[in-house]
Amino acid sequence: MVKNAVGRELPEKIGNYVVKPYKGPGAELDWDKPACTNRVPRLSPAGGSKVAASLKDAIIKSGLKDGQTISFHHCFREGDHIIGQVLTICRELGLKGLTFAPSAVVNVKNPSVIDFVKDGTITNIQASGIRGSLGDGVLEGCMENPVILRSHGARPRAIEMGELSIDVAFIGASAADDYGNCTGQIGPNACGSLGYAMIDAYTAKHVIVVTDNLVEYPCCPASISQMYVDQVAVVEDIGDPAKIGAGAARMTKNPRDLNIAAKCAEVITASRRFKDGFSFQTGVGAIPIAATIYLSEKMEEQGIKASFTLGGTTSNMVDMFRKGQIRVIESSQSFDAVAARAIIEEPNIVEIDNALYADPYTKGSILSKLDFGLLAALEVDTDFNVNILTGSSGEMMAGMGGGPDVAADAAVSIVVVPIVRGRTPSITKRVFTCCTPGDTIAMVITEAGIALNPKYPLYEELKEDLEKTNLKLVTIEELQQLAESLCGTPKPIETTDKVCVVVEYRDGTVIDVIRQIKK
Amino acid sequence: MELKKPAVAGTVESCDCQVSIFPNPGQGLDVSVESNVKAIFGDSIIESTKDELAKHGVKDAIVQINDKGAFDWIIRARVACAAYRAAEQKFNWKEVE
Amino acid sequence: MANLKRTSLYAPGTNPSFMATVPFFNEDCIVYDLEDAVAISEKDAARFMVYNTVRYHRPKDKYVLIRVNGLDSEFLDDDLECAVRARPDAIRLPKVEFPEQVKKVDERITEIEKAAGIEVGKTKLWCNCESYWGALNCQAICEASPRVEAMAIGAEDYTASMRATRTKEGKEIEYVRNMVLMGCRAAGVEALDVVFSDINDTEGLIRDTQYSKTLGFDGKTVVNPRQIDTVNSIFAPSAKEIKYAKRVMAAIEDGRRRGVGAVTLDGSMIDKPMERRAETTLAQAKAAGIKID
Repeated sequence: MVKNAVGRELPEKIGNYVVKPYKGPGAELDWDKPACTNRVPRLSPAGGSKVAASLKDAIIKSGLKDGQTISFHHCFREGDHIIGQVLTICRELGLKGLTFAPSAVVNVKNPSVIDFVKDGTITNIQASGIRGSLGDGVLEGCMENPVILRSHGARPRAIEMGELSIDVAFIGASAADDYGNCTGQIGPNACGSLGYAMIDAYTAKHVIVVTDNLVEYPCCPASISQMYVDQVAVVEDIGDPAKIGAGAARMTKNPRDLNIAAKCAEVITASRRFKDGFSFQTGVGAIPIAATIYLSEKMEEQGIKASFTLGGTTSNMVDMFRKGQIRVIESSQSFDAVAARAIIEEPNIVEIDNALYADPYTKGSILSKLDFGLLAALEVDTDFNVNILTGSSGEMMAGMGGGPDVAADAAVSIVVVPIVRGRTPSITKRVFTCCTPGDTIAMVITEAGIALNPKYPLYEELKEDLEKTNLKLVTIEELQQLAESLCGTPKPIETTDKVCVVVEYRDGTVIDVIRQIKK
Repeated sequence: MELKKPAVAGTVESCDCQVSIFPNPGQGLDVSVESNVKAIFGDSIIESTKDELAKHGVKDAIVQINDKGAFDWIIRARVACAAYRAAEQKFNWKEVE
Repeated sequence: MANLKRTSLYAPGTNPSFMATVPFFNEDCIVYDLEDAVAISEKDAARFMVYNTVRYHRPKDKYVLIRVNGLDSEFLDDDLECAVRARPDAIRLPKVEFPEQVKKVDERITEIEKAAGIEVGKTKLWCNCESYWGALNCQAICEASPRVEAMAIGAEDYTASMRATRTKEGKEIEYVRNMVLMGCRAAGVEALDVVFSDINDTEGLIRDTQYSKTLGFDGKTVVNPRQIDTVNSIFAPSAKEIKYAKRVMAAIEDGRRRGVGAVTLDGSMIDKPMERRAETTLAQAKAAGIKID
């Protein structure tokens, strides 16, 4: 056993996985080789087309073998119908021991990924999160090899360092032409930005575009160029548009969430960094969306404009853009139909590669230029460590998202969280799973007050700025005690020694592991 | 206090709990819990239910708790209310401190 | 002036989810309700919930009230037994019309306080004026018991009793507002204005609250947490008022040090009412958590 820099006990090896303990944020890499890619130079098919006879035919032609790695992007979210089709064909072809490597959380049902784990089609998973029946199955110990979870910024780094080596990438597209140019911006199943598919297209050994909407050559816009694509597979249906991107998210009516959101907007405007040309990332969810709307009001009042916003785009940000409050939206993902359409409608709403968004080991991720970044959390502890993966019973709830990346790179990283959800305390003495190190968190905003992290580099500046306001400043310990006085002391979750999930930090070190839950 | 009929108190709204209580003459207490926080608070819910019933002199009852994340003092209020409804008695507030 | 009463928010006694949330808004006063927000069949349940909440998990830094059922209702006696023992700051009485009613409740509370070992007189009363009788007897009601700390106007029932039409503009409550205010000031208790019911009309709320402050009210009942910050900010002393109050107090202090009897500021003499007003402003600002220095 070794202890990492956030005090987590880790085994030195988990099966074949060698644990490199987390040492602290912002570490240089011990790496001097060229970036890894499996891309193979190939002669363009002359004149003809790359359209395969069927998806099955495309998979056979790709040469996919037992034990290889297949990847998917998550831009169709809960509405994805591609993963299920591909895995079913893999099973029909008798493929075994595959590594399943989606770009984020997938929770597809009918069929569920767990079915393919149980029959041995999949033996390894690398993702950003798992949940539903797959999450339950993994925590019950149904996989021999641990699932590896990474943040948005960590995945492209892992690919370029050969830790995640993709053999066949399946890229779902709402429109594609017969030579492989494709996009998520048009077509009945439009999902907007394909930011998460780019690194897979650039580095996989074989790239198959999967679409239900074959358009006349050349497909324009082309988020992914034909030069990276081996085959195009046309299927009847790639997804459920209702679940891909619902309409514009409305302002929540929950007064507690509004209260936290209003405090968040006040914190940002009280900062000396809130001035013309500032940048922010709020994200999706009830509190972030309300915070965006409140921030927009304050920007209007004070006549301040933002230079850019980043990451997942919502319709509220598009509204701000159209009012002239934001100059550029850098969009790696579109959270709703308005945001998805906006990329073709507005030249300054830009589809960007997820690596450009969040990977610190590119020569410049946009996050490094960000002033204010919001993070969600399931739990925060008195060391400011954040858990975004596991719920109150230890169950897998969500994905890492870009949380660890935003925390590390934004000048001011803000966690917005209610102190309790129902009877589940969100501010605890020790998070069940550490996903984001507390040292990278500037503050926690709750309905019961704002706790600044005394260890954060900008602590003095933030304290000075916030003390000028009437916002209630408290210590994180006070918030924890308040949560405990309301909820009572929860019984600790008991685990066995078996490690089911490895949580990697941005640099590939292990920040935590999740062990099998004792029943 | 003797229970005369089955009774219910509370709702299945978030942060509330629904307590169903049944007479169980001479058979002691039988408390069962369904809850989204059963893993961390299941034992505590059973303990508080038994404690609250003892406080009001209920020795025999079958209690089913459908908890939606209620705080301890809400659970206790619901249990007490259900017990008095089942006993067809009015609680005497002069008894409390 | 230790307790600000700018905003009072109701929490229905049978809604645990809302009861769990109210302590974290910025309202000055929480009113746990046993009356209108609770169905007849749930009165027993509400008493258990409110008692447990106020007695054992009382929100910190809040003025806590329990609203009991009507003075002629069958629930009042149990409500009082329960509510006094829960030890709130005050009990809010609906639809008070005559001073005798307050005297009777005062006596019942004294009995309960004695039986429960609570210091006699500790439980305060807020009386709701919700009819023309309440308005006509306002001063006498406020003086009927030393427990009475405030009177609040309930405009819906009042206008119904008057056969008036309730409007957003509120001309129909002009008279009762002034009447209650005068009665309260004469009796030395605080005066709380009507609710503004349209929660989506922020402009209207601001106008109504500003008017209410101009008249002299100390606070307002709010129907939704979203109204709290707006109402608080209007009833809190403004920066200008605080600055002026500080100058008044500094001038008095300076006069005292120099042994001067009559002190002047900007050429006019500071009299007792001016001093009292300045003290009130600063105390209010302090209670509202506004940084004075």
